[in-house]
Amino acid sequence: MNRNGLAPYALSAPALALFGLMVLLPLALTAVLSFQPFHHATGVQDGFTLQPYATVLGDSYYWEIFGRTGWVALLSTLICMAIGAPEAYILSRMRAPWRSVFLLVILAPLLVSVVVRAFGWSLVLGPAGFVNQGLEALGIGRVRMLYTPIAVVVALVHVMLPFMVIPVWTSLQKLDPQVENAALSLGASRFTVWRRIVLPQITPGLLSGALIVFALSASALAIPGLLGGRRLKMVATLIYDEYLHELNWPLGAAIALALLVINLVVLLGTTAVLEGRYRRRLG
Amino acid sequence: MRNGPFALAFNALVVAFMLAPLVVVCLVAFTPSDTLQVPWGDYSLRWFRAVFAHGDLVQSFWNSLAVAAMAATLAVLLAVPAGLAIARHQFPGRQALNGLLMSPLIVPHLVLGVAMLRLFALLEVRGSTAWLTLAHVVIVTPYALRLMVAALAGSDASIEQAAQSLGAGRWTVFRRITLPLMLPGITGGWMLAFINSFDEVTMSIFITSPQTVTLPVRMYMIATESIDPMMAAVSALIVALTAAVMLLLDRLYGLDKVLVGQQ
Repeated sequence: MNRNGLAPYALSAPALALFGLMVLLPLALTAVLSFQPFHHATGVQDGFTLQPYATVLGDSYYWEIFGRTGWVALLSTLICMAIGAPEAYILSRMRAPWRSVFLLVILAPLLVSVVVRAFGWSLVLGPAGFVNQGLEALGIGRVRMLYTPIAVVVALVHVMLPFMVIPVWTSLQKLDPQVENAALSLGASRFTVWRRIVLPQITPGLLSGALIVFALSASALAIPGLLGGRRLKMVATLIYDEYLHELNWPLGAAIALALLVINLVVLLGTTAVLEGRYRRRLG
Repeated sequence: MRNGPFALAFNALVVAFMLAPLVVVCLVAFTPSDTLQVPWGDYSLRWFRAVFAHGDLVQSFWNSLAVAAMAATLAVLLAVPAGLAIARHQFPGRQALNGLLMSPLIVPHLVLGVAMLRLFALLEVRGSTAWLTLAHVVIVTPYALRLMVAALAGSDASIEQAAQSLGAGRWTVFRRITLPLMLPGITGGWMLAFINSFDEVTMSIFITSPQTVTLPVRMYMIATESIDPMMAAVSALIVALTAAVMLLLDRLYGLDKVLVGQQ
């Protein structure tokens, strides 16, 4: 590590300038915007008002949308944990070529545009899609899934699963297989080994994955937009409508800032609490 | 240790779940009919022809390609010096700088989108490709920076000190030692930045105008209005293109390293 005065500042100045102009300034402008009055006839006015926030807090319509977004994101997170953790463990126990082949299959959809994946799910879950054809063949009959929370949760799990597998996979790499072998040789069952040896060691990875998945799910736009339709509004599609259809930018800005604050509190707050707890436990 | 049959069945189900929508899209793209069906026996390329005849889609593809190439290049040009500062120097504000440059991974793209829409409206630059590209640079810089820092952290700084003590000037050290060490980070970072910019929809939907609409935004707009097999054909083309880039990335760098970020 060098300690020569101004060099690091000069090296990072271009990136810093861009992020100041394109991240900090626009966020500050949006915060100002969220306190400006708005009239449907004349648009955004100069002045100061708490009206956008009062509208959001005072109307059960908005509470309902925030609540729905919260439980859809939470459910997606729990399903991702339930699928991602065992899958990462199974992958880590595979032998040489298969391990990387299947890891790639799980992670590769990450690189395909989310619009393509949402469209793919609308084909699979639609009225004449494969799931419904299968249900009909089984004699259950068609189930409406498209434009319901089912489709949104399924597609969110599909998009977010790699973000859960990656941190769990990383913490599994640090595991010493000898500890598992020792437990097995001392008479522990497979399940006991998983619960008492593996799970505690991958918990930090599991939790950081859960935080990322929750934050990304709560702010996802394309999935609820394409699979939830008009009637199943979530916070992201609400912001989209306020900005691009209602043109009520101050209200949209207030909702967007609320989403940002909730996201940051969940992400940074939980991380700080967890880190403190782990540091204490490790001594 | 071996996986039991139950574990292998679980793995097969997860793999089927991950591939299902992509495979279905690619199959439906070859349908000869007007409805979204998987063709059995009959195949047709008519919907691919429809894609290339759709002027707006083709224009959006070129927009996306240009924006992604420029944004990835600019992101790498910013990330090389910033990565050097973060990985090779100790200075007050280093954590804050790293936090700011990584913030697009934490701040939802949706929020960045509406924030930049406000900036663009005040500057009256909505519809400018240059400003759209700068917005994409912000989104993809964290990916490039992370690979840059990883490449530097994985290499030995004492090689640079050895070169310096043997009389090499700063520029020579950078050109002959540091830059070659960063090269895997530069190529991998550029490609990851390119893909992420090319795929970006949530932020772009707010800040593109009819002339600058990128491909994912155009597809989103088409998909919300009407759904016909042409969407499946575009999607199949994107899946094929992504797979090609992925294979390239894997050969050059190791895809698991790029995605998992192992050092």
